[in-house]
Amino acid sequence: MAKKENKVYGILAEFDNPAELLHAAEKVRDAGYKRFDCHSPFPIHGMDEAMGLKRSPLGWMVGFMGMTGAGLGTLMQWWMNAVDYKLVISGKPFFSYPAYVPVTFGVGVLFAALTAVFGMFHLNRLPMLHHPVYYSDNFGKVTDDGFMISVEATDPKFDAQATKSFFESIGAKSVELLQPE
Amino acid sequence: METAVKSSVDVKAHGAQLIDGNQTFHSVTEKISQITEAGTPKMWYVGFGISVLLLLMGFSMIGYLIWEGTGIWGLNNPVGWGWAIVNFVWWVGIGHAGTLISAILFLFRQRWRTSINRFAEAMTIFAVMCAGLFPAIHVGRIWMAYYMFPLPNQMAMWPNFRSPLLWDVFAVSTYFTVSLLFWYVGLVPDLATLRDRAKSMFRKKIMGIFSLGWRGGNRQWQHYELAYLLLAGLATPLVLSVHSIVSTDFATSILPGWHTTIFPPYFVAGAIFSGFAMVMTLGIIARKIFNLEEFITIKHLERMNIIMLLTGMMVGYAYSCEFFIAWYSGNEYETFTFMNRAFGPYAWAYWTMIFCNVVVPQAFWFKKLRTNIPFMFVATILINIGMWFERFVIVATSLSRDFLPSSWDYYSPTVFDVGIYVGSFGLFFTMFFLFIRFLPFISMTEVKGVLPQADPHNYKH
Repeated sequence: MAKKENKVYGILAEFDNPAELLHAAEKVRDAGYKRFDCHSPFPIHGMDEAMGLKRSPLGWMVGFMGMTGAGLGTLMQWWMNAVDYKLVISGKPFFSYPAYVPVTFGVGVLFAALTAVFGMFHLNRLPMLHHPVYYSDNFGKVTDDGFMISVEATDPKFDAQATKSFFESIGAKSVELLQPE
Repeated sequence: METAVKSSVDVKAHGAQLIDGNQTFHSVTEKISQITEAGTPKMWYVGFGISVLLLLMGFSMIGYLIWEGTGIWGLNNPVGWGWAIVNFVWWVGIGHAGTLISAILFLFRQRWRTSINRFAEAMTIFAVMCAGLFPAIHVGRIWMAYYMFPLPNQMAMWPNFRSPLLWDVFAVSTYFTVSLLFWYVGLVPDLATLRDRAKSMFRKKIMGIFSLGWRGGNRQWQHYELAYLLLAGLATPLVLSVHSIVSTDFATSILPGWHTTIFPPYFVAGAIFSGFAMVMTLGIIARKIFNLEEFITIKHLERMNIIMLLTGMMVGYAYSCEFFIAWYSGNEYETFTFMNRAFGPYAWAYWTMIFCNVVVPQAFWFKKLRTNIPFMFVATILINIGMWFERFVIVATSLSRDFLPSSWDYYSPTVFDVGIYVGSFGLFFTMFFLFIRFLPFISMTEVKGVLPQADPHNYKH
């Protein structure tokens, strides 16, 4: 038990401002770290490139689900008004598609929007109420005015001492090991 | 200092300052979070108390309505649609400004919107709640309201998807869902801020659950920002479609004064017009109570006034265009309807509408009036009165005098029409007071993002 409590789950380094965080991220990326993240109170312009992240696949997910929703919406109206319960309205054809456009659009947008939100939660693995970064007492600053980089111990390049001195060499204001108290 | 923010001249080159008072990231957090953390101001209790009383009055009247039926309203034979539809359209329209601010101004990169988008979105949600109330209760037998949804039932019947009233059901419920999601997504990082500042365990847990364990990591921001952009892109056509569909409730009928193709754009412009007026009314009150003059600056108010001037003139153009087409069409029913609007028994309502919606916003041509807070406060209230009368004029004049003079009748509301409408204000303000007390009503994340020191390019390298 005692041994497990001393286990290091990662490292957290704090930087002064968004610009320093951005440049530090480039150096961490170039040093070959993979499982690191840059925490900030707001999204920082240019950070995706600085971290070497791939484009988010969310757009494709939303586009696909939006189309699916619109398709299902059309199908529902066609089946309900032209197949299962045929309604004669002003002598028009049962499937007079222009009249079905508004609901088709609405259902499509609904599917797309739900995918945008829950797809984003899924890609971000939210909700996740615990994470090694919360072992730090300092981490709360990230949602206020703190700019930090965390590296997880599962990163192949991670080494508690080497990573710590690496962060000190690139100008971190403070560096701490993430371990249970 | 090597990394000091460049001189203010350089910051100006990157766009004018949007937030006043030389804020730091921390001062933004403090200023906005402490509203939800500090004690409750006395004025809040007064406002909340009045709202709850109105809400209770409205709901007891709704109870009586359900017991007794729609006969307690002022509806008569030609006028089968009264205040319920007027209030519905009015409230939905008010909601649209919130989406315009949060989605359309976002797509147009209008970064000044960050100070007002959170409470404008909240206003959208509460306004749509009030709007949804009226179609639900106007069916009279409210236990039959499920007829509106395509649910399998014992009669083996399906609703008619070619009816604009059913389009409304889909449009408004989708709109409510999307607005709620958009608002919540925006709230997540701010709730994480409140979580990290929480003193009591209970507050920490509640905020922790609703902030979902947000860590502010760029791997999260990356998907988050794209989700936000996509939601803005989806909400933009949605908001335009919702009020277009609302207008088809009228436009697809054959009644003179309703059966016109101008309705969708005319309704959308009117919706944005009245919604901005409501955002202004609420914003002016909130900035005063909580001393947020540095966040909601006079420049924000001035820009919103300019949007009201623009949309007010679009509405004014629609009024005159309707008149022109009524004459130009050569259709005598159409011509009669419009002459009757302006000079018939509802002329008082028509000219109230013209004064509030067309004349009042013209004052915003003058910078002095555009930046005068007491004046704009009164003007925004007048505009919302005018926009309510616009819907009333459309509904009442066309219905009360249709094709057959023998069936004409004058429509006037009863105490229950008025009471339920006032009660919907109770619902709206109860929700709004709860919101400004317990949630950050300005987006801290987005305000921090538009401060000059948030942009890495503003630092010396």
